[in-house]
Amino acid sequence: MTSRPYRSRIRQVVHATAFVLLASLSWSRPAAGSESLTVVSWGGSYARACQKAILTPFTAQTGIETRLESYNGGLAQIRAQVETGKVYWDLVDLEMADAARGCDEGLLEPVIAADLPPAPDGSPAVDDFLPDMLTECGVGMLFYSTVYAYNPTHLAGPKPTTIQDFFDLEKFPGRRGMRRSPLVNLEFALMADGVPVEQVYATLGTPGGVNRAFRKLDTIKEHIVWWEAGAQPPQMLADGEVVMSTAYNGRIFNAQVLENQPFVIVWDGQVLDHGVLSIVAGTPKLEAARKFLAFATRTESLVAVGRYISYSPARRSGTALITTHLETGVEMQPHMPTSPQNTARALHNNWEWWSDHGDEMNERFSAWLAR
Amino acid sequence: MSSKRPADGGVFALFGPQLRAVGLVLPLVAFIGLTFVAPLATMLSRSVYDPVVAAALPETLRLLQAWDGVHVPPEPVFETIARELRTARQERSLGRVATRINRVRGGLRSVLTRTARRVREAEGPAWRDTLVGIHAAWDDVQTWHAIRRAGERFTARHYLHALDLERRSDGHIAPRPDEYRVYVSLLWRTLVVSLSLTGLCLLLGYPVAYLIAHAPPQRANLLLLLVLVPFWTSLLVRTTAWIVLLQTQGVINSTLVALGLIADESRLAMIYNMTGTMVAMTHVLLPFMVLPLYAVMRTIPRLHMSAAASLGASTIQAFWRVYWPQTLPGVGAGSLLVFILAIGYYITPALVGGRSGQLISNMIAYHMQTSLNWGLAAAIGGLLLAFVLVLYLVYDRLVGIERMRLG
Repeated sequence: MTSRPYRSRIRQVVHATAFVLLASLSWSRPAAGSESLTVVSWGGSYARACQKAILTPFTAQTGIETRLESYNGGLAQIRAQVETGKVYWDLVDLEMADAARGCDEGLLEPVIAADLPPAPDGSPAVDDFLPDMLTECGVGMLFYSTVYAYNPTHLAGPKPTTIQDFFDLEKFPGRRGMRRSPLVNLEFALMADGVPVEQVYATLGTPGGVNRAFRKLDTIKEHIVWWEAGAQPPQMLADGEVVMSTAYNGRIFNAQVLENQPFVIVWDGQVLDHGVLSIVAGTPKLEAARKFLAFATRTESLVAVGRYISYSPARRSGTALITTHLETGVEMQPHMPTSPQNTARALHNNWEWWSDHGDEMNERFSAWLAR
Repeated sequence: MSSKRPADGGVFALFGPQLRAVGLVLPLVAFIGLTFVAPLATMLSRSVYDPVVAAALPETLRLLQAWDGVHVPPEPVFETIARELRTARQERSLGRVATRINRVRGGLRSVLTRTARRVREAEGPAWRDTLVGIHAAWDDVQTWHAIRRAGERFTARHYLHALDLERRSDGHIAPRPDEYRVYVSLLWRTLVVSLSLTGLCLLLGYPVAYLIAHAPPQRANLLLLLVLVPFWTSLLVRTTAWIVLLQTQGVINSTLVALGLIADESRLAMIYNMTGTMVAMTHVLLPFMVLPLYAVMRTIPRLHMSAAASLGASTIQAFWRVYWPQTLPGVGAGSLLVFILAIGYYITPALVGGRSGQLISNMIAYHMQTSLNWGLAAAIGGLLLAFVLVLYLVYDRLVGIERMRLG
């Protein structure tokens, strides 16, 4: 009586199972050692800028195919690849703290500074890079900044101008976006609480200072929407999910010029950091990777990226060459995080403090979030 | 070509069906061993065993065993650690050593890396002065306690940590400072959420399963398909669909605003919090409740209910005393399945849980992927595993595992 529909149901189940199995097989990643060079970066409009300014010209010049992947930072995937001996990422664009840690752990290939091309005027690379940009295992690329921005269409009345305003719920009610990490947020909190820029890390070095930062964050905790990928804040601002959000300055800039979003950046209290390009230890394509590293960190490449997205080159010779945006012709200098008009109150991220206290702060941050 | 069937003679005839049976099961055993037992064992061993520091600083740790723990250690210890740090740096294992010591006492990572960078062969014989000159932390007894503790090959540190406890330098175990306590409360939250999810799934799934089991075949097929299609749909698609529905500017909120039921400023916060986690996870886990229930209910003859009614039972009595007890194996199987899946779930809470909807599994993921503290991740995982095993034993004792019906 039940046999016909029952049997057809079994057939359905078998078909579905076969489908799932096939799908999961085809989903497994490509084998290590495939021809192209895999470069891993931060996705979104920044990755797009790197593709146009570096990867495409590199392939055109050398004939070496490249593939751009994206990630959200951290060393976990690199560590897993190095420890299992299956390295399929060749170069990674890292945060400075991770680059230093990865270098100490032997996850990254040492840099040969002599391989790096000189500045256009002929001065050697070691002199051309700004202080601290040439490290043992990574070459500094660009300065970026974590700022906060607001969308005037969703924020009626007076507009925020200082980092204090970000924490001022009375004057500026509404939800705020923040990166789901203690990094930068603790610094913002202390600056908003009145700690001078030059004393932020000294204050964080004391238990009382950390408490103070968390207490400040407490005041807006219920109004924070947490983001993880750099592409989220512009989206949340556009949707009206938040009235203001911390963000990477370049992402806001691109939304302004390419999508005509009315976003406004508040530069007060910005936290400057720089990205570092490193070669993953044990890559089977070391020669090509070294070529890419040299190509990507030449002045022309860095300037080209900086003319697609408002990040500032790590080479002295690059700063003056950032003129207009390559797609829209917008003057770039007012949008650069390192421009004098934007650095009145700017903090340089202290990566050494973070590599010492990152674990502790992350744990405390998780505990704080969970309660 | 002579084709010889193995069953015709030779060894197979001697050993008979047993060998063939073993041969058939062997791939499965190997598969389970490789993909389940071995990773599990590795994970559990990581939670108590960590040889990295012991391997990198063997001499220092040997000398520290004789140390009184009250005063800063004597000169030879300084000399040894300077040498071993330098070697570790050359072998590029320094980072891993420093990370582990830094976990015992925050701030020591830069002390160790900086010292290893600056120490030169020629600097001596006043090693103590040299090291203290590089960083004042070398003059602190706590630094040496941290190194000694991180050097233990076998350690309960990770399990203590996972229970929000710590071992003080005088050896006794005490709760961690309040602002670092996170795991126990998350563990409780996970249990409460998993139990509520199981209850919700049972509440929602039981009528559905009943409907399917007792509907005419044509309609039963359609209904079953409605349960199975979401079950086959990618988890990410389903979770993202809930984001579309529940977010502030989402379908539900916009409909409510359009209908004038809520004001535009007071849109409901239904996602990126515990509500989001509960709604999305109930949806994701519902089929695991419905299917076992359906399988059991299909075998229950409808005549039982009629017989009960003919003997004078009310509908409720007939259901409660005749029907419900017969569905218990399905209820048990479904509940156990949903509970065990829920307790280790992490993708859905990660996507829709926001700040307050995170579960303990998100901490495991965090320690695996971001902080790289695999020992701690393994310890939390070990606790969860132990908990599920205890639950399984309780279930076995109360209901009997052989009564469980999965369909």
